[in-house]
Amino acid sequence: MERQQEYVLRAVEERNVKLIRLWFTDVLGQLKSVAISPVELETAFDEGMHFDGSAIDGFSRVQESDVLARPDPSTFELMPWADKGTTARMFCDIFDHSDNAFGGDPRHVLRRNLDRAREAGYSFFVAPEMEFFYFADGEPSHAPTLLDSGSYFDLTTSDVASDLRRETISVLETMGIPVEYSFHEDSPSQHEIDLRYTDAMSMADQVMTFRLVVRELAMERGRFASFMPKPLEGMQGSGMHLHLSLFEGDDNAFHDPDAPFSLSLIGRQFMAGLLVHAREITAITNQLVNSYKRLVVGYEAPVWVSWATNNRSALVRVPVTKPDKTTSTRIEYRSPDPSCNPYLAFSVILAAGMEGIKQGYELPPETTENIFEFDANEMTKRGLQPLPQSLSEALDAMEGSTLVREALGEHIFEWFIRNKRNEWRDYKTHVSQWELERYLPSW
Amino acid sequence: MSADETFLVFPDPAPPELVRCLEFGDYHWEPAPEINVLKNPETVASWTGAVVATDTTPEAAWALCTVLRRGDVPTEPLLVLIAPSQLEDLDTRSELFDDFLITPFHPRELEARIKQLLWRAGRGKRPELVTYGPIELNLETYQAVVDGRALDLTYMEYELLRFLAATPGRVFTRETLLNRVWGYEYYGGARTVDVHVRRLRAKLGEEHSHLIQTIRSVGYKLGQSRWKDERSGP
Repeated sequence: MERQQEYVLRAVEERNVKLIRLWFTDVLGQLKSVAISPVELETAFDEGMHFDGSAIDGFSRVQESDVLARPDPSTFELMPWADKGTTARMFCDIFDHSDNAFGGDPRHVLRRNLDRAREAGYSFFVAPEMEFFYFADGEPSHAPTLLDSGSYFDLTTSDVASDLRRETISVLETMGIPVEYSFHEDSPSQHEIDLRYTDAMSMADQVMTFRLVVRELAMERGRFASFMPKPLEGMQGSGMHLHLSLFEGDDNAFHDPDAPFSLSLIGRQFMAGLLVHAREITAITNQLVNSYKRLVVGYEAPVWVSWATNNRSALVRVPVTKPDKTTSTRIEYRSPDPSCNPYLAFSVILAAGMEGIKQGYELPPETTENIFEFDANEMTKRGLQPLPQSLSEALDAMEGSTLVREALGEHIFEWFIRNKRNEWRDYKTHVSQWELERYLPSW
Repeated sequence: MSADETFLVFPDPAPPELVRCLEFGDYHWEPAPEINVLKNPETVASWTGAVVATDTTPEAAWALCTVLRRGDVPTEPLLVLIAPSQLEDLDTRSELFDDFLITPFHPRELEARIKQLLWRAGRGKRPELVTYGPIELNLETYQAVVDGRALDLTYMEYELLRFLAATPGRVFTRETLLNRVWGYEYYGGARTVDVHVRRLRAKLGEEHSHLIQTIRSVGYKLGQSRWKDERSGP
């Protein structure tokens, strides 16, 4: 590792870096940053940076509030848009006062889950489809105003949003975040950028970087980019579909040329694990009150726990791949939204899938019909379960889950439930405009 | 690099830290053969030098140094890695080594000493620049440049590019790249290579991304061989 640190020290000198941002993520998935100057960098590598963890959401336990951030030199990247390229960033791992990996550090939680999968012989790969909105007004406290009126795949060459998206992609690529596709999404002002698959840890780091780059570049132009799951009533919400695969060394463990859809037994069991535990992990993959306004019938978001090959209403989809492209056999998990904490979301998804493999879960039959057309009775008759309908329901399902408790660890599990129950309570006691308009005149 | 530019390393298996330093410095190395093999007059001894760690089996280590120095072509430079408690062993053996280094050693010191020894032996011709077409890598400063534009690479991206650019046209399997570039520290398995190649291509930009070519069901290569006659291929 020392070589990597040395490399970073050299790069800082050679590229005339003036500021190094040390990044980490709080339990809710917000990016946190401590900036240091190049002279402090060597000390940061040797000793780590101390700070008071009680100021960070989910880190706080007053009696053990001091934590230590150790920068991970393999994540050193220049931020080409910031301060004429003289600022760089590194992700940190957080340690407690006795120098043990800190239980409240989401990056540590993911590493633990990846290690567990690796002990079973698997490495976990993820490719997300990031959806978001660009709004015309740079001030988020104002009501969102649309920046364009385009629609799915629209080629709106001249508009601001397309330029912004193009520029964003170029910054992402310079930062080593390869983009697979990008296009105008279904709703006006809604855009999608798909990232190329990489190992889950790098991808979680990339998602954090992605959200920052998209927002900061928009802000520079007086616009506002939002990853809120459902910012506009009556329009599509923003999802973060995840394409998932496990590799055993060189080989895609999900691929079997002789199986239906080329999906191996391991792939089927992983998918079965996701289906069985989907309700328990939803609070993590969809963590806001607002998330559940996306997961409703009538839009391209899943509502029922089901799988299919070519049915976009399903929760899990098996994309059709070319038979000779063994590496691209994968499954797509469609409920997560881009407000989630990617470290925690990847952790619980992996844990659910691995449980399916471990227990040899049987995959239920494919749901081929468009299930958006069915009513609840019909679904129950078919033995299909709905995803949680609200944050509150999702928390109920999570609270009883040993799987999620183990995947997240006691510290984050307890804190998350407590924090989110409070969020739900705040929401529940709020009297909305809708209620006033609907009830005040007649009651 | 030709076969006669190879360091002999003792013991076998070689200390991992030592291997990492040699590989990072792009020095080829191989484990020292059995002493009996070396003693055989038919063994042609022509190594760049030797690094002998005496700290685990001092008897065998010094016996090896003796053989290496007594041949028709004495192996030099010969660097000895020695534990502080064994320093006295040096007193009566000054003819058996050219320099020594106390273990545990600092990788940069090892690198510097090897470099100095080679210079003194008049063989310090290590290139400080690896270039291929628009790509230029400065091995001293870790700088990578394409078409005069500085590339900001992570350490592993830099190492991968340097490794590929050092032998243009040669096809490397993912396995080889993993072993040679990542060593045993890698995390994500063989897919790691693909992922890093993609990132490198993204950073090279559209215009130059084609320099790194995917050779279907084999691996990767960078550019074409400098030797026109040489067949490219695995």
